[in-house]
Amino acid sequence: MPYETDYTNQGFTKVGTRVNRPDGVDKVTGRAKYGADANAAGQLVGRVLRSPHAHALITKIDTSKAEKLPGVKAVLTGKDFPDLTGGNRGLMDILENCMARGRALYDGHAVAAVAAIDADTANKALKLIKVTYKQLPHVTDVDEAIKPGAPIIHDWVRTAGVTPAPTTASNVAQRSEFGHGDVDAGFAQADVIIEKSFKTEQTHQGYIEPHACLATLGPDGSGELWVTTQGHFTFRNVCASLLGLEVAKLKVTSSEIGGGFGGKTHVWTEPVALQLSRKANRPVKLVMSRDEVFRATGPTSSTSVDVKIGAKRNGKITAATAELRYQSGAFPGMWAMFGAMTSFACYDLKNVKSVGFDVLVNRPKVAAYRAPSAPMAAFAVESVVDMLAAELGMDAVDFRIKNAAKKGTKASYGPVYGPIGIGPTLDAVKNHPHMKRKLGKNQGRGVACGFWFNFGGQTCTDLNIGVDGSVNLTVGTVDVGGSRASLALIAAEELGIDYEQVRVTIGDTNSLGHNDTTEGSRGTFSSGMATIFAARNAVDVLKQRAAATWDIPVEQVIWEAGEARAKGRQNNNLPPLSLKEIAAKSPRTGGPIAGHNEVVADGAGVSFASHMCDVEVDPETGATKILRYTVVQDAGKAIHPDYVEGQFQGGAAQGIGWALNEEYIYGDDGRLQNAGFLDYRIPVCSDLPFIDTQILEIPNPNHPYGVRGVGETSIVPPLAAIGNAVSNAVGVRMTHVPMSPPRILKAIEDGQA
Amino acid sequence: MEVQLSGILSQAAGGARSVECTGATIGELLQSLVLRYPEMQMHLDEGVAVAVNGEIYRDRRDQPIPINADVFLLPRIQGG
Repeated sequence: MPYETDYTNQGFTKVGTRVNRPDGVDKVTGRAKYGADANAAGQLVGRVLRSPHAHALITKIDTSKAEKLPGVKAVLTGKDFPDLTGGNRGLMDILENCMARGRALYDGHAVAAVAAIDADTANKALKLIKVTYKQLPHVTDVDEAIKPGAPIIHDWVRTAGVTPAPTTASNVAQRSEFGHGDVDAGFAQADVIIEKSFKTEQTHQGYIEPHACLATLGPDGSGELWVTTQGHFTFRNVCASLLGLEVAKLKVTSSEIGGGFGGKTHVWTEPVALQLSRKANRPVKLVMSRDEVFRATGPTSSTSVDVKIGAKRNGKITAATAELRYQSGAFPGMWAMFGAMTSFACYDLKNVKSVGFDVLVNRPKVAAYRAPSAPMAAFAVESVVDMLAAELGMDAVDFRIKNAAKKGTKASYGPVYGPIGIGPTLDAVKNHPHMKRKLGKNQGRGVACGFWFNFGGQTCTDLNIGVDGSVNLTVGTVDVGGSRASLALIAAEELGIDYEQVRVTIGDTNSLGHNDTTEGSRGTFSSGMATIFAARNAVDVLKQRAAATWDIPVEQVIWEAGEARAKGRQNNNLPPLSLKEIAAKSPRTGGPIAGHNEVVADGAGVSFASHMCDVEVDPETGATKILRYTVVQDAGKAIHPDYVEGQFQGGAAQGIGWALNEEYIYGDDGRLQNAGFLDYRIPVCSDLPFIDTQILEIPNPNHPYGVRGVGETSIVPPLAAIGNAVSNAVGVRMTHVPMSPPRILKAIEDGQA
Repeated sequence: MEVQLSGILSQAAGGARSVECTGATIGELLQSLVLRYPEMQMHLDEGVAVAVNGEIYRDRRDQPIPINADVFLLPRIQGG
């Protein structure tokens, strides 16, 4: 039975409270099981041999010595992965990324793998594999890769999105244009025009837990995979497609996850582990080292962006354009397209055009990273917005408010907005005490806005009520940020019981129907919706049982405050039946009581945030200290405010690291120079101030509780907010992220020159 | 109805920024689009989203499209 998804403005008794998370004790006591924590009898250790070259033909791989090493049970190369993709180019890219097929495309590309009885033997075996390479010219910089004469990464790539279709190969995999109006006419009306170019370097999601899995695959094609992932159903489908398995015969269980942020939405070594297991006919545990995580999983794009915005003296923007070049690593992606779609989404613009170019380079395949592609576009656009406000002599927040998108605005990426929260977040910023703090010497303040889409997707949920009235809720969306607590609150709210009565489990792929990956800020939005409906489904059953007990029509039974009540004067003599009482009698009234729901949770609604940041820059060293940071974001409805705030703070913390320190550094040889946390510096606690938050609740009309996704948007504004703050502190416009001390000193020096 | 296209989707329609299509639901609309522009099938297989009066639908093919609705075909979004 379909349930109504519209927002109903109901009151809450459980939702909105700050209860303890159910997985907290396990996580702080070490009892929680992560990707590397599973073991099986007779398991082998998997290891992967990786290319030391940025681009090379693999002319020969001799595995004979490794195969003869005692204790080695399986050795794989690209030849052990037949093409079962049926011409699906996307699947072939995934397969080729998992294991090179005749050509190494980046430093770290897998070229062979072994499974052995222990780590020492596996490592020795890797050293015995002799790979003969013929090095090829390489390119790792996004701007260099599109110059004439640049080494071509794939001779089969023709630039998509260009009419007529090109006939020659190019490193530009795709051109994507968005916008409306007449930008030339708009710029002609402008009194002031600012045009600037920006660069951002490649960063990694930096999750603390490396990729890890335990794979078992027998000769009959039945297997199991325990894995750290954001989407075990998607992993199942992809692995099954690549390895020629029946989907139902591969059971995938998601472990606890030590961070993903988009990087664990893609498979990297899991098909290799399964294939090793199939060849050895024993379980294989494969855990990546940190070096491998940096070199061979999916960081975000490095970018190069040009922005031009014009405005009237009255502060109204007349036209805006952006050209965005995003590298996608060695395989085509759509990352520049997302940058182009999000670049001007915060503003109400009559004339706007953004063009994205997805560019191939000899770097690892780019993966999603929290609101993928939006932070870099926002850095460029929000910097120019600040410059334009300054040129017009307007307050930067007032300038944004004057041009902010609102309900009815035609978004720069096409559709017309429904109710949205950008205006209210800016109003909140304007009135926030943070904005009144006086700045000292070498200090600067920056403000920036950010946008992300959010989505819902396929979701399937089960709710089972035990005979003691306790409730087991099984969901298929991996809990990456506290969603189990939120979903338990929702179930408790619907059933009218205590939060502690509900236990939430992430079901494996054999327990539930398909659930899309936890991405797009969808976990609590979509599984929350399915939980509401599954609980209402269970309530229907509870009412039927009560009606049968009382021998009255079910239409005369209502569910209130956790109990069935008989309506009508004729039923005045019937005392209410609590959930626990009905559950206790369930074995004799029809058996187990359960609720189920499968839903395609569309209508997630777009999300906006505005951030404020104060910094102090040491002019001697170029070091930046974040003095104060505040996030204002629309959550629709905060189911569990702690975890909403946690998402706001987490996104801001990652953005601070990205803005100030984090970057992939490649040598002239095309090899990654800093594949470890000593040289790739993510922020630690001492680098961060307390990150203040303000939750706005502008209900999403397409969710019964008004929920919007909150997980991603908070990483969009930080690069720009910090860029604006640092620029204001040093008096020089910063155009290159990360704004590391050497880059700030150089900017100051160039500015003085 | 007029369906607006953007990005690589307009290339599949010969570079058109908007095309005329019929359909009472998103599913019918996409079917009619492919009949007219067979190259669009590849993009539908990869996944698209349809914005109807500003609301973005990724998966619901049975979603009704009101008369005179603002309809926009978008590439499918990925998230982190």
